[in-house]
Amino acid sequence: MRSRDGWWAALFLAPQVLGLLAFLVLPLGFAIALAFMKWDGLGEMSWVGFDNFAAQLSDPDFGTAVWNTVKLAVLTVPVGLALALLVAIALNNVRGKTFYRVVYFLPVVTSSVAVAVMWQVILASGDYGVLNSTVHDWFGITLPNWLDDPGWVIVAIAVVTVWSSLGLNVVIFLAGLQTIPPSLTEAARIDGAGPVRIFRSVTLPMISPTIFFSTVVAVISSFQAFDQIYVLVNPDHNDGARTIVYQVYDLGFKDFEFGMSSAAALILLALTLLVTLVQFGVQKRFVHYDS
Amino acid sequence: MAVIPGPSRVPVPRRLGQVALHAALAAGGLVMLFPFVWMLLTSFKGAHQMINSPLDWLPAPWRAQNYPDAFGALPFAQAYWNSFYIAVVNVVLTLVTSAMAAYAFARIRFRGSGLLFGLFLATQMVPQQVIIVPLYLMLSKLGWIDSHLALIVPGFVNPFAVFLLRQFIRAVPIELEEAARLDGAGRWTIFWRVVLPNVRPGMGALGIIVFLASWNSFFFPLIFLNSPELATVPLLVSQFAGQHGATDYNLILAASAISVIPMMIAFLIGQRRILNSMAMSGLGGR
Repeated sequence: MRSRDGWWAALFLAPQVLGLLAFLVLPLGFAIALAFMKWDGLGEMSWVGFDNFAAQLSDPDFGTAVWNTVKLAVLTVPVGLALALLVAIALNNVRGKTFYRVVYFLPVVTSSVAVAVMWQVILASGDYGVLNSTVHDWFGITLPNWLDDPGWVIVAIAVVTVWSSLGLNVVIFLAGLQTIPPSLTEAARIDGAGPVRIFRSVTLPMISPTIFFSTVVAVISSFQAFDQIYVLVNPDHNDGARTIVYQVYDLGFKDFEFGMSSAAALILLALTLLVTLVQFGVQKRFVHYDS
Repeated sequence: MAVIPGPSRVPVPRRLGQVALHAALAAGGLVMLFPFVWMLLTSFKGAHQMINSPLDWLPAPWRAQNYPDAFGALPFAQAYWNSFYIAVVNVVLTLVTSAMAAYAFARIRFRGSGLLFGLFLATQMVPQQVIIVPLYLMLSKLGWIDSHLALIVPGFVNPFAVFLLRQFIRAVPIELEEAARLDGAGRWTIFWRVVLPNVRPGMGALGIIVFLASWNSFFFPLIFLNSPELATVPLLVSQFAGQHGATDYNLILAASAISVIPMMIAFLIGQRRILNSMAMSGLGGR
């Protein structure tokens, strides 16, 4: 090791490390401190201990938010990834996949705001809502009022989320599938394995690291979903759409309860860490890495 | 089993399978495309068509005037410029600084390298929303709220970019670097003249990802910007949608189409590169 390497390392790392300290580590520390304070941004800051956490945990709005956050993850992650895997396998076995790849990927390059606006006119309950009015005109069935009904709004958000992230997962799975050596599938076929057996014994183990990675990312991003919810429905008018992230936004930027908002955000962070740790624990049993 | 020799010599069951797969993929493709088609159709309808029952599928007559009307209602031209230059600055700053950090992690041996890299990766777990309140307070102390600095300066911090480029730099043959060193090149010259040109595909992929993320981002602009002339495209579309009632959906969707079309064209032109970069980013994250 050359004596000046330490200096070079410091120089090369400086912009990202200083940026990370200033715009991530420092605010995170500040967020932890704020969670124990009562402060509206202008007046006195006062230490309140665990009061903010206790207040959030006993607030029915926060309870609704946690429940909705979990519901959204449960509705989007398994369905979204299973669909993506199906499409990827189909694409992997079909000629001329470029066209389909482009079509399925279009929503991924579309801004979440445009996606939400597009889906608003599809899911709306009035005459301009194409889904409900068409189903009603053609079959005489009255569908739920997706965006206003607290019992259905999370389902609607889940559909939009799955639709908009499907293409990304498909492209990632497809890349994973293409790393499987054809000789492996061929050997299984010669041994008399059918398509289902090949899927279970070759495909699934070979792409399990990709599935694991996508699951972790999908759970984290479903916990952080905000844009679609904010534009598609106003959680102020529909409690069914209130998630933890919306609670953080509401408390911080509408009520100026900075301490409360930080406490809610830290509970979200704790939940994210917990679920990710569980996933890494489960991973040891199901994910196969080539050694 | 007798195989009927077809023109392409593909066995019949296999050909049937292909047809079934194409049919299923096309049906799925229709579901993926429908919202875009419906957006375009609605964006050409007149206001009266929004309240007709049963609803009209096609615009009658086609009303192109919705586009200039929507475009003129808010400073859209300004928003385009804002989104564009912020994204470009973000891309340049992110690429240069994260390539530097990635080089240090990949090729310079220093104490605590592994630990620091682990910390880098761990910070990706922190949701944006956890730091949004403190970040807002810090930026307002600096006087950067309602200014593009709030989006540009913190925007370049990107541990994922460092991780992805580190993977690419590790794949560059070390012999290239040693040869340059024998020729008397210093660290900076090696980085700038030898390493960077060899990770161009990785830089291109990352550049596209960063550009898209910046162009489409909504949460930070929503919180950090107030003035309409500073708004980015998604922010302006959401404000436009918020101001107009349900019967103005033709205008709202015209505005939304205006925001979407440039990205669509860019995507269709660069689709191979974009799709491959996204695949790499997914696999790279392992």
